[in-house]
Amino acid sequence: MAEEIIRNTASGEVTMRLWRGDADGGEFAEYVMPAQEGEVVLDVIHRVQATQAPDLACRWNCKAGKCGSCSAEINGRPALMCMTRMDALPPGESVTVAPMRTFPILRDLVTDVSYNYEVAKRIPPFEPRPKMADEVLAGGYRMQQIDVERSQEFRKCIECYLCQDVCHVIRDHEENKTAFAGPRFFARSAELEMHPLDVNDRRELLQKEQGLGKCNITKCCTEVCPEHIKITDNAIIPLKERVVDASYDPVAWLGRKILKRRKRTPVEATADAPATGPAAVQPELEVHGIPAPELGIAAMVGAPSGDVASASATGADEAPPE
Amino acid sequence: MTSLEEATATPVVLGGVRGGPTVPTLRQDRWWIQQVVTLTVLTAFVAYASWAAFVNKSYYVGAALHRDLISPFYSPCLTESCVPGSHPGTIITWWTISPALLILIFPLGFRMTCYYYRKAYYRSFWLAPPACAVSDAHGSYSGETRFPLLLQNIHRYFFYAGLIFNVILTIDAFVAFRQPGNGIGFSVGTAVLLLNALLLWAYSLSCHACRHLCGGGVKQFSRSPIRHRIWKALTPLNARHMLFAWMSLLFVAFTDFYVRLVASGTIHDYGFHF
Repeated sequence: MAEEIIRNTASGEVTMRLWRGDADGGEFAEYVMPAQEGEVVLDVIHRVQATQAPDLACRWNCKAGKCGSCSAEINGRPALMCMTRMDALPPGESVTVAPMRTFPILRDLVTDVSYNYEVAKRIPPFEPRPKMADEVLAGGYRMQQIDVERSQEFRKCIECYLCQDVCHVIRDHEENKTAFAGPRFFARSAELEMHPLDVNDRRELLQKEQGLGKCNITKCCTEVCPEHIKITDNAIIPLKERVVDASYDPVAWLGRKILKRRKRTPVEATADAPATGPAAVQPELEVHGIPAPELGIAAMVGAPSGDVASASATGADEAPPE
Repeated sequence: MTSLEEATATPVVLGGVRGGPTVPTLRQDRWWIQQVVTLTVLTAFVAYASWAAFVNKSYYVGAALHRDLISPFYSPCLTESCVPGSHPGTIITWWTISPALLILIFPLGFRMTCYYYRKAYYRSFWLAPPACAVSDAHGSYSGETRFPLLLQNIHRYFFYAGLIFNVILTIDAFVAFRQPGNGIGFSVGTAVLLLNALLLWAYSLSCHACRHLCGGGVKQFSRSPIRHRIWKALTPLNARHMLFAWMSLLFVAFTDFYVRLVASGTIHDYGFHF
């Protein structure tokens, strides 16, 4: 329709259709702004705030695609406002910006993403095996790079919750929120499940409590991820296959019975550790009266050669996410 | 509030009130084109494969035409009704209808439970969801947690069956170098069967279940260096699983079509022999 051709490149104007409202309702309001070269959507919204609508609510912080604050739906697609260039949007059309649909609205473009924090609390935290003696002396765990690189992909997550927003399991079915962790937290579980130090077996929890089976792998989470994490291929599907190992594969079940395999205990996990040396000891070990952590790197004598990754780089020493 | 100490936690009420637009989608692009194409191609394939399976003729090019070409829809042909020369021997005597129906269960099961095709048909046929950020068409949703979709979890068993068929179709492709009455030769039909087998291997080896079984399920790669190398080699293939899924699907239909044209005398299979 002719009236829809609002963005006039000749006059250098752009029309923003921004959602204005709160829990009681709302509507789109149009703001015609002069177009400026090199802007992203967030820049234009800031100019709208500065010139026409000082009461427009909009969450933002870093303007660099790293804080995950400015998530919204731009022309119907979940995206970061600070990473969506104006010149990448269709010319000659208005730009529609709405709040994330999956979460309760607070005001205008701001939603309450507390649901995600509630889910995060239910994810069992990192549970490392006991340190080996030489690791205690070194003050940290030692791992080989090939053992942790799969998990490191998921550490790129900036928790913008666009994947949670686009996931139709909760986007279109509010009732699933009580029993569905969502893509971001499947990635978190995958990160821990694939971590060489973590001894928790999360498969039953994923299947029965976190609703992994509800995901029908339509890959929208991967499509919207601003960090380009392959959430579906590298986190969700591997988790689904691990659940199949545990619950649906009769050959795997028979193999476990015959070989008398069960969930790995911390002791078994310790036995798998790449380090050579004496058996696991407790962290309160002292050497000549000096607490082991204080001995530092100088005490790391006899460590095996090869790639050594810092545990802290993969979250091993970090607290669970909030 | 002047300090963090004075801050009080806000009680979280799950659910809340969604206050944004209520329309099914705000997307302005032609998001439906992909679903229409997927729906059309998959429907066309199912229609063609069903016809080809039930027609039960023109699936083998034999000694009369100095060729040994069999359609992938009918290989291995193991029933009494198979045309002479198309089968190594009758193994199944109780099956009286088209032998293709006995075979196609396995590749059909492999593709139906495939992680890529699941995405494709959930979107285009079941509209759950039709596209990203477009409301799905159902009032309630339980995903793959209940029968029959719970059966998607047996994908790896169809993968194993698919490997057996890949071996058989690869043998068929090499057998196609045999030109009865002329010795060894090469024809367009040979090339078609070879390419078909190659694409089916690419599809199978790029499978997510294959990637998991070969190494993805290993907790500590440094303890399983061989499985790690296999996993690492399969990962780039896995990234192209969609591409291989479509190429192998279309080419397996083309292979059947080509063999059918040659077997029925519609076209000549050009080639040479040594």
